[in-house]
Amino acid sequence: MTEAGRSTATAGRSVGEAYNFAYLDEQTKRMIRRCILKAVAVPGYQVPFGSREMPLPYGWGTGGIQVTASIIGPDDTLKVIDQGADDTTNAVSIRRFFARVAGIETTDRTAEATVIQTRHRIPEHPMREDQILVLQVPKPEPMRYLEPRELECRKIHGFSEYGLMHVQLYEDIAKFGEITTTYDYPVMVNRRHLMSPTPIPKFDNPKMHRFPALQLFGAGREKRIYAIPPYTEVKSLDFDDHPFEVQTWDECCALCGAEDSFLDEVITDDEGGKMFVCSDSHYCGERRAAGHVGPMEGEDAPSFARPADQEADGS
Amino acid sequence: MEPLIEVRGLAKTFTLHTQKGARIPVFEKLDLVVHAGECVALYGPSGCGKSSLLRSLYANYLPQAGEVLVRHRDARIDMVKAEPSTVLAVRRETIGYVSQFLRVIPRIPALEAVAEPLRALGTDAEAAGRRAADLLGRLNVPEGLWSLAPATFSGGEQQRVNIARGFVVDYPIMLLDEPTAALDADNRQGVVELILGAKERGAGVVGIFHDDEVREAVADRVFDLRDFAAAA
Amino acid sequence: MTEAAPSPLLRVTGLTHRYGEIVACRDISFELFAREVLGVVGESGSGKTTLLNCCSAHLEPTAGRVEYDTRTHGLADVFGLREPERRMLMRTDWGVVHQNPRDGLRMDVTAGGNVAERLIMTGARHYGRVRGEATTWMDRVELELDRVDDPPKTYTGGMQQRLQIARNLVTKPRLVFMDEPTGGLDVSVQARLLDLLRGLVRELGIAAIVVTHDLAVTRLLADRLMVMRRGEVVETGLTDQVLDDPQNPYTQLLVSSVLQV
Repeated sequence: MTEAGRSTATAGRSVGEAYNFAYLDEQTKRMIRRCILKAVAVPGYQVPFGSREMPLPYGWGTGGIQVTASIIGPDDTLKVIDQGADDTTNAVSIRRFFARVAGIETTDRTAEATVIQTRHRIPEHPMREDQILVLQVPKPEPMRYLEPRELECRKIHGFSEYGLMHVQLYEDIAKFGEITTTYDYPVMVNRRHLMSPTPIPKFDNPKMHRFPALQLFGAGREKRIYAIPPYTEVKSLDFDDHPFEVQTWDECCALCGAEDSFLDEVITDDEGGKMFVCSDSHYCGERRAAGHVGPMEGEDAPSFARPADQEADGS
Repeated sequence: MEPLIEVRGLAKTFTLHTQKGARIPVFEKLDLVVHAGECVALYGPSGCGKSSLLRSLYANYLPQAGEVLVRHRDARIDMVKAEPSTVLAVRRETIGYVSQFLRVIPRIPALEAVAEPLRALGTDAEAAGRRAADLLGRLNVPEGLWSLAPATFSGGEQQRVNIARGFVVDYPIMLLDEPTAALDADNRQGVVELILGAKERGAGVVGIFHDDEVREAVADRVFDLRDFAAAA
Repeated sequence: MTEAAPSPLLRVTGLTHRYGEIVACRDISFELFAREVLGVVGESGSGKTTLLNCCSAHLEPTAGRVEYDTRTHGLADVFGLREPERRMLMRTDWGVVHQNPRDGLRMDVTAGGNVAERLIMTGARHYGRVRGEATTWMDRVELELDRVDDPPKTYTGGMQQRLQIARNLVTKPRLVFMDEPTGGLDVSVQARLLDLLRGLVRELGIAAIVVTHDLAVTRLLADRLMVMRRGEVVETGLTDQVLDDPQNPYTQLLVSSVLQV
């Protein structure tokens, strides 16, 4: 997405501050771009990279920010979402960060963005080949819970000896009668590498399969980058007799009436009142602008309180 | 006809390293031939090496010199030099051994313990069980005990379970170490019949019989160990 | 002399292992045949566990060869195999029963999951069948089926050991390595475990190497015995012959030190 180093450096200066364009120095960006190229070449493989100190703490998206900083150019338009929303603290901070250090356009419209950095969701609005989705990754190693040894994990990936993940799914079914893993649901990429899709709801897993846009994953604390190139096969793990299923709701979105989007449960008062609304705030807004109406829209609609979900766990 | 057992120049000496290397010579230059259908009674005073010879024939003891040639399938195996796997094969198919005391795995019912040697030869559980039941019946082991582990049985009952276990397979060779020691007259007769039956079908039997009556009933000849006593 | 001299399942030649100056195993050679159980006895520090670890490819010996009759290449040097091949061997054709169940079980994964793991690792992807197989094996090792969804950390030592056996046998290995399988168990539990092991080994025709300092264990389980002292094999032979008529001074001491083997 970016021009040669020199031009972006010039662009950085034009922002009028002491930062290089998009904060990172050009050598670091080159290093990260090389890692991204490797990650694209081996879909789903975790490429180690020299993660830098960022002016945000780990857990606030430092991996995603470094990936975004390395691919973004002056002509790009950036959208940042956190749990689907453009207006939450994490999203606002990162958007403001890039507006300041790169001087680029930002937007909350999925279709307008060229780069979308996200935490824990994939937008409802379909994406295109000329867009890039950057996901923030807290824990890149899907097998970490069952296999604490890093060397052993690397060997399992290297020899494609997957099976441990299915032991975890077995545990789910044995204890609860079904696979209860609902987010960070492991996937097999390009029939070769087992991959953590990051803590997106499993509702979003099918979107990853043959996704037109490039998907990049950055883990700042764990210092790993991985990728799913456009139109790559992505399969959620399951058992033959317990196939993968996404979650469904009896309700539709209270505001826009959508029945096909991922819904957040929002507590509206202290008496147990609650409503279900689209997690993707832009999608919901777009639908309402187009005239869609949900069961609660129009009546005493609460001032669209977002769930208090700002615990910092998206690197 | 080639003999079932041919012992040549056998010598057994115990060296007790834990007791200042004391050497206890038992027998030497021992020769013995046993043919099919023949019963040889080992004879001699206590300590002359009757049991040691029997155990050497079974490869339970390791002789210091000589050979123990045993006809196994179509070959002659020297039990002194044979590989452990070969010895185990000979024990499975060719030589049966009834020791003085029953030594079986705890917890296993008597019927199963008796049937085990047959099962090891591949006989199915039902047929092996029938044969074991038949033997236990002939030896007057009360049927109520068959499903119990023999550890709690009386000495005589254990002895009879042991004999049944030894006779459950029709081995070509039988080695018997005082099989009737703990038995009363009635039960002794049952054992005598088993031995005579084995001879009838052509088995070679080598045994130690303290009971004169039994020895006279079954033995074709007496083999006196004193002739081979080793010089101390 | 016997049936056309079959090729061994495992062949160890001139195996030596040093920890720095200390020689744990010195020039050990032996062969193990299919369906044969070899007992390795000796006191603590005699090198028997080191030998077991070398044979099971967990420790590369300083010198010597360990060859195994692989299904694909025939008799092959296990340290010459590619690592994935060796790892495949370890989770299919081989089993290891550790003295401490903690080393052989996932303590936080349910008992059923522990048994299921090796099936899943070899490609089983049908939950119902995996679970059926797991419960069948729990039953075979005499574990109560209503405990199938409890993690082994809630099990007694004897139950953990039986679970470890089920976890290993579920892929029907040809060779199982056991390190003090009854160590640390009550005597009554020991006997039960030994019965079980003996039955399974015979019934499934498994070959095994059993390392123990308990001679009674070898009497019940082993066809053949290897007595080790200070890293060397001092006596080897038929189990009952070595126990009843030991030739080597050290073996005599070992046997005479035990109450009623």
